Amino acid sequence: MSTTMHASDHKVIGHSVPRLEDPPLLRGVARFVDDIALPGMLQMAFVRSPHAHARINSIDKSAALALPGVHAVFTLDDFRPYIRDPLIRTALPSPSFKESRHRPLLADREAVYVGEAVAVVVADDRYIAEDAVALVDIDWDPLPAAADVRSALAPDAPVAHGDAKHNVAAEFTFDFGDIDSAFGAAKHTFSGTWSMHRGVGQPIECRGVVANYDELDDKLTLWSSTQTPHAGKRQLCALLGRSDHAVRVVTPDVGGGFGPKLVFYCEEAVAALAAMLLRRAVKWIEDRREHFLSTTQERDEIWEASIALDADARILGIRAKLMHDNGAYMVRGVNVPYGAASTLPLAYLVPALKVDVLAVTTNKVPVTPIRGAGKPQGVLVMERLLDTAADGLGLDRAEIRGRNLVPRAMIPYQTPLKTRGGMTVVLDSGDYPAAQAAAMEKAGWATFRARQAEARAAGRYIGLGIANYVEGTGRGPYEPVSVKVGEDGRILVACSGAAIGQSTKTMLAQIVAEQLGHDLSNISVITGDTAATDLGQGTFNSRLTVVAGPTAHAAAVKVREKALRVAAHLMGVGEQALEIVGRHVRLRGSEEPGLELGAISRAAYGLPGYYLPGGVDPGLSATEMVIINDMTYSNGTGVVEVEVDIETGDVRVERIVMSHDCGTVIHPQAVEGQIIGGLAHGLGNALYERMCYDANAQPTSTTLAEYLIVTATEMPKRIDMIEVPTPTPLNALGVKGVGETGVIPMAAAVASAIEDALSPFAVKITSMPVMPPDIIALITASRQQKAESSA
Amino acid sequence: MAMNDDQSSARTVRLTVNGAKREARASVRTTLADFLRHTLRLTGTHVGCEHGVCGACTVLVDGRSMRSCLMLAVQADGREITTIEGIAPSPDTLHPLQQAFSEHHGLQCGFCTPGMLTTLVELLRDNPQPSEAEVRSAISGNLCRCTGYQGIVDATLAAAKALAASGQRA
Repeated sequence: MSTTMHASDHKVIGHSVPRLEDPPLLRGVARFVDDIALPGMLQMAFVRSPHAHARINSIDKSAALALPGVHAVFTLDDFRPYIRDPLIRTALPSPSFKESRHRPLLADREAVYVGEAVAVVVADDRYIAEDAVALVDIDWDPLPAAADVRSALAPDAPVAHGDAKHNVAAEFTFDFGDIDSAFGAAKHTFSGTWSMHRGVGQPIECRGVVANYDELDDKLTLWSSTQTPHAGKRQLCALLGRSDHAVRVVTPDVGGGFGPKLVFYCEEAVAALAAMLLRRAVKWIEDRREHFLSTTQERDEIWEASIALDADARILGIRAKLMHDNGAYMVRGVNVPYGAASTLPLAYLVPALKVDVLAVTTNKVPVTPIRGAGKPQGVLVMERLLDTAADGLGLDRAEIRGRNLVPRAMIPYQTPLKTRGGMTVVLDSGDYPAAQAAAMEKAGWATFRARQAEARAAGRYIGLGIANYVEGTGRGPYEPVSVKVGEDGRILVACSGAAIGQSTKTMLAQIVAEQLGHDLSNISVITGDTAATDLGQGTFNSRLTVVAGPTAHAAAVKVREKALRVAAHLMGVGEQALEIVGRHVRLRGSEEPGLELGAISRAAYGLPGYYLPGGVDPGLSATEMVIINDMTYSNGTGVVEVEVDIETGDVRVERIVMSHDCGTVIHPQAVEGQIIGGLAHGLGNALYERMCYDANAQPTSTTLAEYLIVTATEMPKRIDMIEVPTPTPLNALGVKGVGETGVIPMAAAVASAIEDALSPFAVKITSMPVMPPDIIALITASRQQKAESSA
Repeated sequence: MAMNDDQSSARTVRLTVNGAKREARASVRTTLADFLRHTLRLTGTHVGCEHGVCGACTVLVDGRSMRSCLMLAVQADGREITTIEGIAPSPDTLHPLQQAFSEHHGLQCGFCTPGMLTTLVELLRDNPQPSEAEVRSAISGNLCRCTGYQGIVDATLAAAKALAASGQRA
């Protein structure tokens, strides 16, 4: 392993350079999937189930097919002759599965959630396609729905799938240590039930796909707003029985991912099939209503948890039961509840843990990761347990945390935890107590009680909440990057991972520029194109900077060594005498221009019958695939100040302080941007975003007027970010992931702050998001209780 | 979405877009957003929700910010439209607001950016020295899922300063 570099050694890394992504986006000439127009391209619209659970008796396409401008209406039966498998199998394996409900390409005899695609119309334009969707006549038999986790687990619950015996999708126990002894020896125990809502990803750009089949080359090309183009390509190859080289998937500019664009969807497969069957390019662009109804969702979990403490309020053990809503199908496996359970104890010394996990099948949109991927829930439960214990023991909420945080001296700390892939969780770096102390100091924790008393005297209810988090980032095993100096001297960087708005191209360019001349204007970056790189896992789990970053570094170092070797040969000097400055290799300290990178590239190409210069391999390029198995753990502390209006129930977030540690920072502005964006998402989860369903699992929030995303006026004016950097020893750059950081502690910190603000009412915040009617109900109940006890 | 080619319900729409006179047929039900994007191929205007909440499709119609997803193409007949493609003064120069967005990280994925920029061009024209609260209020009808708005607010205040210093109008 190479030694970790420090930001101070760098000329490009660690600086907020202008982003490569910005100019086309600012001028309106970027290319998102819906900006692609191919000759003769047709448009698709999907017929979707209006029922949460229903049998499909028949589908009559005749009226739709008769509409002028309609080219085809396809159901699963129409596709069967052309596919190897009617199911889309995307779940990561786990021995915990009790049922393996993979999504069908299109619902066939039974639909299991509102919004499930049943048929597709292909027409001249989207307007006609949507007209025709209304003309597809389906004979439905509505069936009872498994509407939510609790009712789906009842003994006489309706089953979510007609042929199922129960609604348990998976069951596992996540444990270490002796939990019974821990509770047996406990001086204090505290318990509670906490839940988090089901949210929606809500990138401003919905999903979308364009498919084209080139008969001459027998090549299928898909442009998809996906986070995982290589996975999409493999799915298509498997589904259609096509060779690896006969399918290309490209992720163009993406208007935000946030997780749900990670999995392969039926619409992508259907677009490919329609393009091949009709020999026409086809496009499908998800509308916002479809996003609410068909794009995967996350966070519905109910936790019953207890904590055992010794006389000094040190944690002895935590016992919990987690009921996780998995939705109607097993789309990504159990990674979300696994992530929730495994994140719960991470920041603290927890000698014993036992979490019994039930993943439950319901008649709702399937669940896969959204920014945070279970971690916000795990942190919510851990931090609520600590707040409950602190309140019960009359301890300061920060004090109980300070007594239990993993101390700096124990890092690297080999925890008893395993990742889902069986690797030991080692907290590789970080100073958790320092992060907490920094956030507390900045937030004025020590003087807050006086401010609060003053505010209360004036009839204002302000509160301060705190939450710590440690998150696994940079999931392996690899993400290929190639670096090539062209014959014109320009540098092309290609990375398998898709860029979805997180400055990925700039990040890669900075890392490469650090080795190859420090000139960002000389670098172009291709991301997420299966024709540009072989293999690739994709964009998720805060992994690109951690996995692709060091890989780009390794490739750039190789190209640098090669360039110097060829140049040394051509110039007749030693390699050590040379340096790369801008687009030239020159003698160190010399004012002479030296050799252009382009000339070195041309020389490295070789000539027929001649030795390659300097004995290098041909071409001034390198492709690397650094294997990174162990995750690196980012951490931090969020402190939130709120003011609660006890008459209206309104919660105003006045201030957020966030200390964080993502190791070496490549682009300070981009890191801050990722965190603030995450904070906004987290505030939404805490206070505004609630995906509502009725008792029959019929969605009742299907517009952005009903499902509220944080706007500029809800964000606090005061956001302070404090870096507490400890570069990881696990990669050459010392980088740790940051893309999900902001979202993870917010629900916990806001819940803590609201309880603190309303401490005269002794309310308990147990369910997120907490909305004004919830606050009013809590205050009202508290007043009634007080009135009754005094009566 | 492509244009509905049902000619019985089509009309000729004549309008000025980013200073250039344009003319094309549009079905009466075609939204202005679809007309701009797919008929005139000005794809810089983005469609995020098609129900008037997200603000990504905001364009200036006779100088006022409008949701192009809630307006029909035929309603734009005879109007002057400004889209994101028409904000920069030249191919080599960015508008001070665009420049400030880049400098202050006012965009990440950039999908909401067209609506943010058109909305803020209007704000700075009408209110050249807005307060932070006024900036936040101006973009409260524009959703961004990436930035948490901080970079956008910072960029707008910086652009206002830059405009004032140069004596330009937005």
